[in-house]
Amino acid sequence: MSNEKTDWWVGLFILLGAIALSFLALRAGNLSSFSFAPTYALSAKFDNIGGLKVRAPVKSAGVVVGRVASISLDEKTFQAVVTVQIEKNYRFPKDSSAKILTSGLLGEQYIGLEAGGDDANLVAGGTLQFTQSAIVLESLISQFLYSSAEKQGTPQGTESAPAPKSPKLSQ
Amino acid sequence: MSQTNFLARLGKQARERLTGLGLFTRFFFMLLQRSSIVFKRPRLVSQQVHFIGNFSLLIIIVSGLFVGFVLGLQGYYTLNRYGSEEALGLLVALSLTRELGPVITALLFAGRAGTSLTAEIGLMKAGEQLAAMEVMAVDPIRRVFVPRFWGGVIAMPVLAAVFSMVGIIGGWVVGVLLIGIDTGAFWSQMQNGVDVYNDVLNGVIKSIIFGVAVTLIALYEGWQARPTPEGVARATTRTVVTGSLAVLGLDFLLTALMFSN
Amino acid sequence: MLRLEGVSLGYGDFTVLREISLEVLPGQVVAMMGGSGSGKTTLLRAATGQLVARQGTITLFGQNLAHADRPLLQSLRQRMGVLFQQGALFTDLNVFENVAFPLREHLSLSAAQLTERVLEKLNAVGLRAAAHLKVSEISGGMARRVALARAVVLEPELVLYDEPFAGLDPISLGITARLIRSLSDRLGCASVVITHDIAESFAIADHVYLVGQGELKAHGTPATLGASTDPYVQQFLHGHADGPVAFDYPVTPAFEAWLARTGTQA
Repeated sequence: MSNEKTDWWVGLFILLGAIALSFLALRAGNLSSFSFAPTYALSAKFDNIGGLKVRAPVKSAGVVVGRVASISLDEKTFQAVVTVQIEKNYRFPKDSSAKILTSGLLGEQYIGLEAGGDDANLVAGGTLQFTQSAIVLESLISQFLYSSAEKQGTPQGTESAPAPKSPKLSQ
Repeated sequence: MSQTNFLARLGKQARERLTGLGLFTRFFFMLLQRSSIVFKRPRLVSQQVHFIGNFSLLIIIVSGLFVGFVLGLQGYYTLNRYGSEEALGLLVALSLTRELGPVITALLFAGRAGTSLTAEIGLMKAGEQLAAMEVMAVDPIRRVFVPRFWGGVIAMPVLAAVFSMVGIIGGWVVGVLLIGIDTGAFWSQMQNGVDVYNDVLNGVIKSIIFGVAVTLIALYEGWQARPTPEGVARATTRTVVTGSLAVLGLDFLLTALMFSN
Repeated sequence: MLRLEGVSLGYGDFTVLREISLEVLPGQVVAMMGGSGSGKTTLLRAATGQLVARQGTITLFGQNLAHADRPLLQSLRQRMGVLFQQGALFTDLNVFENVAFPLREHLSLSAAQLTERVLEKLNAVGLRAAAHLKVSEISGGMARRVALARAVVLEPELVLYDEPFAGLDPISLGITARLIRSLSDRLGCASVVITHDIAESFAIADHVYLVGQGELKAHGTPATLGASTDPYVQQFLHGHADGPVAFDYPVTPAFEAWLARTGTQA
């Protein structure tokens, strides 16, 4: 096998490898959804971030506007501090709120931004004031058990309570 | 009396294994130390990439295709029970890029390329070719072993990526063309779920590590083979067995390292 | 060129040769003879620096091999050529590339110079027109000649031949012997021929060393050796079945134990 022929075959081999890797990265993976647009940072404090991970998406109205950059613990208030990178062409009012939501019933967690009504926008380094922590399944269950225990504990009280109220309302 | 003999033999075996492991490690460092020939004579390395990589392409592509077919079928049967058959693309892609691509490629590599490396070097040893080189003041490690080592390390990730790609296409053929899952759902669920860094890149890193391990074992067994037909046969068997076990063991370690939270 | 003084060689616990002294001068053809397993290949390995002497000194081109570090050893090896018993050609290269190998590795010649040199050496062994053939396409005798061309392509000062006459037909035998002598004369190098073929080596050698039973039994010119009265030399030269080298394998306790076991079963 002459040298030129070998080189040609090796070149083909490496090319095939590059094609396979790009296929995997772009068609199979989520590299194509990466944008290399410039971003600015915002931070938000949560009581509980649940299963939120770094590089989880930040969505507003379902559209991905940024990613979670870092997660840390504030040792004074013992709240989670989440820093997000938002694309520069998306601006949000100062009173926007951030919620930790789950995609699907048992899916990955992400941050949902709901725009507020303020005229002034958040700038780089700003903080989202209004946050809602992740829904932790255990707290939900214990709440449910507690409220159903309450209902069962005072059956007469609960039945009589609405009755006097309604006449008042009708009056 | 026989009990002390048994203990003595056990101790001797343990000592021999340990010495072997030490020799293996020294061999690895010798290869790394003399790797400058890669830059001085890259043609040697590219020739080995050709022999090792190109000649394995056919088996990798065919195996990848069939593994993809099977993943598509089995994945569909299982997901269909929970009404989640649209996640087939995600299942196929994750299985391949994270695990099956690197591991099955490495096992096939150990069997095809590993044994041919071991046999080639064992026969060179038997024919006194390595001794002839030494006497001609040519370092056989530099001239023969180092190019084959880097040839294997370069070829393996390429083969694993090709395996995964062909497998995903195979899964698509079965899932979309044959069974009738929506093609849009197949690809979009996959793209949403497969992370480039966590899944694809980790798979590539795995295949590089497997490449180092299998090629190193194949070269070592050839280097240590007895220069007789029986010796070469035994060495090739050891290459496949040790190489495969090493791949599976490393896979467990790497999976635990990479994919745990 | 090459001198051994009181050298002992062995592998592990086993000592193959004890207190060997010999000398090879420039332009000489020296024959090293002895029965199978008498340690001739061991001597070759010691001369190339592949085996370290237990005792005594080995001096190659004036350098003590025991004190030679790797770079020095490499430079010494470039000044000598070795012809291995089976030829040891590189099976993945063709005839031309095999002979060109040392040139490619050690010298930087232009393509034209390299081709000219290789074909010249192949011509000296009569195989110029076989340069394009693959190693699998040539006969054993031809392979030996190609290996000879490869051994001398760097024009070494010392050439070692490991059993060059083994297994050759009479014509090839004659050719090989004549090639060794003519190359030695033409290049002015020293040749050490390790063999047990008496007729051919006596015809071309200037000096003969006879090794047996782990030591140097006799040495001298072919004529001196032919006239020697030493019983070992006599047995070797005339091919007697029995003599200092016994015909019967000696009885050992292991054999007696085995015989007792199988004797009762038979």
